[in-house]
Amino acid sequence: MQIAVNVNGTEYSREVEPRLLLIHFLRDDLGLTGSHWGCDTSNCGACVVWLDDTPVKSCTVLAAMADGHRVRTVEGLEQNGELDPIQVGFRQCHGLQCGFCTPGMMLTARWLLDHYPDPSPTQIREALSGQICRCTGYENIVRSVRWAAEYEAAGRLGDSEAALDRPT
Amino acid sequence: MMKLRLAQPETLIDINGLSELSFIRVTDGELRIGALTRHAQLLESPLAGAHFAILHDAEQVIADPIVRNWGTVGGSLCQADPSEDLSAAFAALKAVMVIRGPSGTRLVSAREFHTGPYETVVAPGELLTEIRIAISAGCGSAYVKVGRRVGDWPIGAAGATLWLDGDTIGAAGIGLTAVGAEHFSAPQAEEFLRGGPATEASLARAGEIAAEHCRPTSDQRGPADYKQHLAKELTTRALRIAMLRARRQEA
Amino acid sequence: MTGRAEQARGGTGAKTSGATGGTNDRPRQTSGMAGGTSGATVDSSGAYGPVQRKEDARFIRGKGLFVDDIQLPGMLHGAILRSPLAHARILSIDTAAAQAHPRVEAVITGQTLAARNLSWMPTLSQDVQAVLATDKVRFQGQEVAFVIAQDRYSARDALELINVDYEPLPAVIDARHALDPDAPVIRDDVAGRSDNHIFDWTAGDRAATDKVFAAADVVVASDMIYPRSHPAPLETCGAVADLDQITGKLTVWSTTQAPHAHRTLYALVAGLPEHKIRIISPDIGGGFGNKVPIYPGYICAIVGSMVTGKPVKWVEDRSENLMSTSFARDYHMHGEIAATRAGRILGIRARVLADHGAFNGAAQPTKFPAGFFGIFTGSYDLQAAHCEVTGVYTNKAPGGVAYSCSFRITEAVYLVERMVDALARELDMDAAELRMKNLLRPEQFPYTCPTGWQYDSGDYPRALRLAMDIADYPGLRREQAERRQRGEYMGIGISFFTEGVGAGPRNQMDILGLGMADGADLRVHPTGKAVLSISCQTQGQGHETTFAQIVAQELGLSPDDIDVVHGDTDRTPFGLGTYGSRSTPVSGAAAAVVARKVRERARIVASAMLEVAPDDLDWVDGSWQVRGDPEQARSIAEIAMAAHSSLELPEGVDGHLDAETVYNPPNLTYPFGAYICVTDVDPGTGEVRIRRFIAVDDCGVRINPMIVEGQVHGGLADGVGMALMQVIAFDSDGNCLGGSFMDYLLPTAVECPSWELGATVTPSPHHPIGAKGIGESATVGSPAAIVNSVLDALAPFGVRHADMPLTPANVWCAIQGRPLRTDLAIT
Repeated sequence: MQIAVNVNGTEYSREVEPRLLLIHFLRDDLGLTGSHWGCDTSNCGACVVWLDDTPVKSCTVLAAMADGHRVRTVEGLEQNGELDPIQVGFRQCHGLQCGFCTPGMMLTARWLLDHYPDPSPTQIREALSGQICRCTGYENIVRSVRWAAEYEAAGRLGDSEAALDRPT
Repeated sequence: MMKLRLAQPETLIDINGLSELSFIRVTDGELRIGALTRHAQLLESPLAGAHFAILHDAEQVIADPIVRNWGTVGGSLCQADPSEDLSAAFAALKAVMVIRGPSGTRLVSAREFHTGPYETVVAPGELLTEIRIAISAGCGSAYVKVGRRVGDWPIGAAGATLWLDGDTIGAAGIGLTAVGAEHFSAPQAEEFLRGGPATEASLARAGEIAAEHCRPTSDQRGPADYKQHLAKELTTRALRIAMLRARRQEA
Repeated sequence: MTGRAEQARGGTGAKTSGATGGTNDRPRQTSGMAGGTSGATVDSSGAYGPVQRKEDARFIRGKGLFVDDIQLPGMLHGAILRSPLAHARILSIDTAAAQAHPRVEAVITGQTLAARNLSWMPTLSQDVQAVLATDKVRFQGQEVAFVIAQDRYSARDALELINVDYEPLPAVIDARHALDPDAPVIRDDVAGRSDNHIFDWTAGDRAATDKVFAAADVVVASDMIYPRSHPAPLETCGAVADLDQITGKLTVWSTTQAPHAHRTLYALVAGLPEHKIRIISPDIGGGFGNKVPIYPGYICAIVGSMVTGKPVKWVEDRSENLMSTSFARDYHMHGEIAATRAGRILGIRARVLADHGAFNGAAQPTKFPAGFFGIFTGSYDLQAAHCEVTGVYTNKAPGGVAYSCSFRITEAVYLVERMVDALARELDMDAAELRMKNLLRPEQFPYTCPTGWQYDSGDYPRALRLAMDIADYPGLRREQAERRQRGEYMGIGISFFTEGVGAGPRNQMDILGLGMADGADLRVHPTGKAVLSISCQTQGQGHETTFAQIVAQELGLSPDDIDVVHGDTDRTPFGLGTYGSRSTPVSGAAAAVVARKVRERARIVASAMLEVAPDDLDWVDGSWQVRGDPEQARSIAEIAMAAHSSLELPEGVDGHLDAETVYNPPNLTYPFGAYICVTDVDPGTGEVRIRRFIAVDDCGVRINPMIVEGQVHGGLADGVGMALMQVIAFDSDGNCLGGSFMDYLLPTAVECPSWELGATVTPSPHHPIGAKGIGESATVGSPAAIVNSVLDALAPFGVRHADMPLTPANVWCAIQGRPLRTDLAIT
C-alpha cells in the first residue's frame, strides 16, 4: 500500500507492506538509522520517535498508521545546524555511553521539557521509566535533562549568554 | 501479538482515526470514557481524577509513559489479559461497557464483560465504544498494585470504591486482577461491607474474604500463596485509601 | 604532576568542575551537575580530567554506525530457525517449502555446513559447539537452520515453512542433578562421554584450610545461588558478512568485543587465509561480555555470503539474544567462613557447582576454567583458603562468563561478602566493624592472597571509612533502630570488593592460545597531529576520548589533536579485545608506552634541532627543554615537522616519530571499592525500595573522572537489576522463562537511586600511568551490598539468607521462612 509520511519536515511517499513496522520504515526504507530497535515486546524504548508531537514506541506502530501524519526522529532534533539544548545537555553531562538508547531518551526529554519546563529529577525518571539504558545507570541522563532545562530557563530570561558560560 | 507472530490477521482495520471515540466527559450523571481514549489522556484528565481517583492510580501504574501515549483504554479492556489493571479498576467502579454493532448498541456490566483469558463478549462485527461510571456522593476510590518493577504486569493489584453514608458503608466495589478473582471482582467482600461500619477492622475482614475467593496460580511473578496474601493485603490497603478519600481526608 | 604514579589528594589535574566528582575524600555533591568542560582543553597540569567525549558528536545526532545500520548493495537478510525443545533428537529437517519461497535465496542446515566442516565450531573453553544442529538439539533456542532472503520479514516468514521432526528427550535442567547416575547424557556428540561432567578445579591449600577451620571458634556456612543472568546489551548481536568473490577478501562487520581474536578464529575454523579476513567492529550498542564469543549466526552469515555471492546480514531479535547468546553466572555456591569469637576472620572455603549449559562456551583465559573465582579470598587478611569448582552440562544455552563479571569475580565477591555478613550476624557484630577489623592494611601490599593472586596496591580502610562518612553510617544505624521500634524495616548493607583485572601476562593468560598482550601504534604527522591505533575498541567506555587523553598527557598535545582508531583489524594492531576491564590496564598501558617511545624519539630529534646531547634535555610542560636554558625548547609538533624535514638526524631516528609497541602486562591490576546500600522493605508486600547507594571506588589514576563515574553508575544499576529482578530461570521441561523483556526485567530510572560516589586513588605500582580499570567494578561490588541490605532489613524476622533476585514474592516468602529457589520455575 502507498503511504505518505512527513518525517522531520520532509514528505516521503512509499509503497510498503501493510505489516511494516514504523521503526523498520524509518530505518530501512528511509535510511534514518538514528532510531534503534532493541526488543520484541515494546519494553526497551530504543525505538521512541514522535508521532504528531507525541512520543511513541515506533516498534508498536505500523508504518501505515503514520500515513498522513508527522514523525520526528533524532535526526530532526538539530535545527539549521544548531543542536537542540537536549543534545548539548547530553554531551555536557555525559548522558550517553554507547549511544544506543540515546535518541529515544532525548526525544522523550524534549517532549518533557516542552510540556514541563522545570521537571524534578523524580519527574524525569518517571518520564523515562519506559526506556532502558544499560550503560549509564540513568544518573547522568537525569542531569543532562536538568542541564537543558536550566539552559532553556536562562534563555527565557534572556540570559542565554550566561547559560553558555555557566560552569558545569 | 502480531510482532511475535502469535496473531496473524488477514485484514487489519486501523481505527486510530475514529477521534469521536476519544473523549472523557460527564453526561447524565455518569463519567463517560471513549474506548479510544489513550491511557495518557485518562491519566491526565482532571475530570476523571476528580471523580474517580482510582483511574489515576491505575493509569499511573499501567505500562510506561510512552506506551500510555499510544495504548487505549478500550484496547486494553478488549485485550482482556487476566492481569489487566483497568479490568479491575472498572470492576471496582461497577462500570458499564457500551458495545456497538450492526444490530445496535448494548450495555454490559464490567463484571460480565470478560468470558475468559483474552476473551470478551464483544462479538465479531462489534466495537467497544464507551465505558460509563455512575457518579454519586460520598465516593472515594483507590488502586494499589504490586509489581516486580515499574511497568511490569501486576503480581497482584486491587481497586476499591467506597460509597459512604456518614460512617456507614453504603456500597463497596472491589476489583482484583492477576490473582484469579472471578470477573476481576470480589462480590462476597463487597456484600460483607455493605451497610457495615467504615472501620479498619471491617476493611481487614473484607480483604480476607476477597482473598478467600481468589484462585491465583503460581508463575514467575510469585507462588499462589503469596498472591493470595496480596489479594488480602492490597484489598485492605485500597479500601483504606478509598475510605480516607471518601471522607475527603489525606490518603 | 600527572602521569606519575604518585597521585596527590584532591585532583587529577586539568580544569575540573567541582561537581564532577572528587578524587578527594570529601563527599561529592549529588545534586550538582556532572558536565565536563565545554571543550577538550588542556591546561598545564595535564590532559587528564573530565574532558567531554569526542564520540558524542555522532551519537547525539543519531549518526552512529551500528551493525544493523549497515546497508550494502544487494545485501540479503538471514534468520535462524531455533529449537523449541531443550533436548531432542532431530529426525528430519525439510526445507523444501522454505527454499521455494519466492524471496528466499538459500537455506542452510547443519548438513550444508558439515560438508564444509563447519557444523561444529570450537568454543573459547576447548569444547565444541554446534553451529547448526545435526544430530540433536541441546537447549531451547539452539540454532537449527539459516534462511537467507531478500528482506528481513520474508526471512522470518520462511522460517515458518521449515519442518523439523523432533523426538523429545528428557532434559537436564536442575544443575544439582546433572551428575546423577541416571541423568541423560547431553554431550553424546563427544566419543566416550558418559556423563555431564565438564571439569573439576581447585585453588588454595586444602590441608591448611581444613586445619584452620578445625581449630576455629566459629564456623558459619551458607548456601547461595548466583542465578543465571544475561548481559542484555541494548543492541543485540549481529553481523554483515561480505565475501568479495573476485579478491577473496571477506569483510565482516560484527558486534564483537574482540575483532582480532575473531579474525584468527575464523581463519582457523573456516580455513580462510587470515590476511584475507577483515573484521570491523563498528559502533557497538553495549557489550558487557555478551559480544565476546563467536555465535553461530556470524558463521552462518559468512557461509551465506559464500553461497549466495552477496553480502548477508544477520541480526538477532531480543528473544534470541536472551535465549541463545552467552548467559552469565549460574553458580551454586556453598561457602564457609572460620573466625575467632572476637571477629578475626581466619579462613574461607567454597564449593561451587557451575552450570555451563549445553556447550562449554565460557570465555575466560585458557588455564582458568572457573575464571578468576580464586579471588574469593576477598579483601581480607586470611590465613588460609580453598575452593573447588565443578562444572556441569545442562540443557541450557552456553556461556557463563559475561555481564561484567571480570571472569567470575562477580561470583567470588558475592560469596565472600555474603559470608562476611553471615559471620557478622552470627557474632552479633556490626558489619562495618567486622570488615574494618579484617581488611588488608596498606602496608601489606603488594599482597599475595592464599590462592596466589598478588594484589598490587590499596588502602582499604580509608575507602571504607570514606563510604561510611558519605553515608553517615552511625546516623543510619540510629535511624534503623528507631524505625524498628515503629515496625518499619530499613536495611544497611555493605560490600567491599577487590577485583583483578587487565588480563593478562602472556605466559599465564591466553584465549585459545592467543596471549593476552595488546599492541598499539602511534603515528605523528608532520603538523603534529597524531593517530593512535589500538587493538581494543569501545562499546561505550569512551576510548576515543580517554586514549587520546593518555597520549595527550604523554606528549603535551591536546586530546583534540589525537585521533583514536579502533575496531578494524585492517587498521589496528593485534590484541585480545575489550572485556574484563582490561582496556585501560593493557591497551591503556600500551598507549602510554608507545607515546613514551615517540617522546624519546622526539628527544633525539630535538637534540639535533637544538644542537645539544639528548641527555641535556628535560621534558617539561609538553616540550623538550635544554636543561638550564628553558627558552631553548621544542614541542612535539615542532619536532614532528623537523623529523620529516631534511634535518640531519642522529642515530636512533630514521625519519619520523612513529612508534609501535606490544604491552605484556606483568600482573593484573586490582581496583577495589567500598559500597553501602540503604533499603526500605515493606513486609506486607515484600517490595524493596533502594533509598540510597554510596559507592567509593579506587581504580588508581583516573584518566577521565567523568567517564569513570559513568562506568560506576552503569555497574551500580546492574546490581539493582541482579539483586532485585533479573533472572533467567527454567521450568522442568527446559523452557526458558526469561526470553523477553517482559520476563527478563531490567532496572529503569525509577528503581535506581541517585548514586552517591566517592573516590580514593592508590595508583597501580606496575602500570605505566598507575591506572587500574573501572569498567566492571560496580557490577562486581554492588549486588552483595543490596542483598546484604535487604537481609539486614529482614533480620528481625530471623531471615538469614535469600537468593537473588529479591523480588517481592521472594522477600515475602523469606519472611515466612521459606525463600524461593530462584533458578527454577516457581510452582
